[in-house]
Amino acid sequence: MSTDALIRTEGLKKHFKGGDIQALRGIDAEIGRGEVVVVIGPSGSGKSTFLRCLNLLEMPTAGRILFDGVDITDPKVDIDAHRRKMGMVFQHFNLFPHMTLLGNMTLAPIKLLHESRENAEKRAMALLDRVGLADRAGAYPSQLSGGQKQRIAIVRALCMNPEVMLFDEPTSALDPEMVGEVLDVMKRLAEEGMTMVVVTHEMGFAREVGDRVIFMDEGRIVEQGTPEKIFDSPESERLRSFLAKVL
Amino acid sequence: MERGGFAVDEIVRVFRQCFIADNRWRYLLTGLGNTLTITVFALLLGVAIGVLVSVFRSTYDMTYDTMRPGFGKVMLGIMNRICVLYVTVIRGTPVVVQLLIAYFIVFVSVRSGVGVAALTFGINSGAYVAEIIRGGIMSVDPGQFEAGRSLGFNYVATMRYIIIPQAFKTVLPSLANEFIALLKETSVAGYVGIVDLTKAGDIIRGNTFQAFMPLIAVAAIYLVMVIFFTWLVGKLERRLRTSEH
Repeated sequence: MSTDALIRTEGLKKHFKGGDIQALRGIDAEIGRGEVVVVIGPSGSGKSTFLRCLNLLEMPTAGRILFDGVDITDPKVDIDAHRRKMGMVFQHFNLFPHMTLLGNMTLAPIKLLHESRENAEKRAMALLDRVGLADRAGAYPSQLSGGQKQRIAIVRALCMNPEVMLFDEPTSALDPEMVGEVLDVMKRLAEEGMTMVVVTHEMGFAREVGDRVIFMDEGRIVEQGTPEKIFDSPESERLRSFLAKVL
Repeated sequence: MERGGFAVDEIVRVFRQCFIADNRWRYLLTGLGNTLTITVFALLLGVAIGVLVSVFRSTYDMTYDTMRPGFGKVMLGIMNRICVLYVTVIRGTPVVVQLLIAYFIVFVSVRSGVGVAALTFGINSGAYVAEIIRGGIMSVDPGQFEAGRSLGFNYVATMRYIIIPQAFKTVLPSLANEFIALLKETSVAGYVGIVDLTKAGDIIRGNTFQAFMPLIAVAAIYLVMVIFFTWLVGKLERRLRTSEH
């Protein structure tokens, strides 16, 4: 796995000035190509900060992030070019409310990849069809349910043909009955071989879909391994008490 | 009936005196033309300046503290200072004084009074528009910004395609207010000898010694323009709202 790491972090630290919070205290992690890594942990453990550092939405205070062998924390690196290869899905969807679904999905491919409108729309329609929303292409985000919004957010990111998808608690803002439809889309994506890093509280998803589970607490990786190892034979006391509360 | 008939005759007589005799209506037409010219150009200039200044100001507010040290950070700091100075000076002095300074000091050799007025009112309006749009930009959900950046848009493109269109929609009513104020503010253009709508009415008053009819006519024309503009903005708002929440 270490020979084919898509993302590698070395000694990643993040310090928030306001409140003087040490969110990350040195994270060394690897995401392999085609691997589905699920990050779990209590609130405030730094798991979202870790994910947001991977595409530099948060600028780490110390450490390096190697993406495809390139240190993207280097100020000379064009971070926008690398972000185009890293799709991101947010807890609160963050769809563009002033555009139709098709507009949401084709904006970046047309403006950044210089695709023709026809081509971009054709690909977007195919993706919409895959998530069962092709008939809503002309609708605006405000007309959708939460689960539909999140499915659109996923395919919007996919329109850029990313090499990795980052999910930041994608189901936490959803009504319970809509969680399944979003997890289904993510599961299909994983089966197709997409590299994924998923921060989530959905332990069922972590166990079923994850290749590897990382348990974080207080800005550190406490334990990691296969879902079986993490969920069935946790080693650390911290993980055991966490699982006792959430399972 | 006799008295009534007399009153109507009198009104017709004064009307003819004020607007028909010596083609005095032409004053109003010229004045209206100048008022509209000044307002439209000032509006365009004001929006251009306002967008530019508001982007510098809000970029500074949102990103300066977390920016990497370097040339960009220094430039942003300087631009922000300039923008703050501009907004402070323009909003802190009366527009009539600005117009007098522009006409008699800065552009003393320029012959076109309307041009100087359009420029002055544009620069003036820009300061107010900047603060309005800045408020709109700051009110857009930060998640929108993150979504744009995570797709690979750079800062400026994120502003252009994602933030500004949403901010603009939020501030449209405030902008409309500003433009209505601008239209009426141009009535001080007469201070530097420009025949705008107000000045035109005043000239007719001076020539005919009739105050009532020319001034009421001027007021009515302003009112009609403002009502028309308000209707137009309302229509635009309704069209934009079809896509929102």
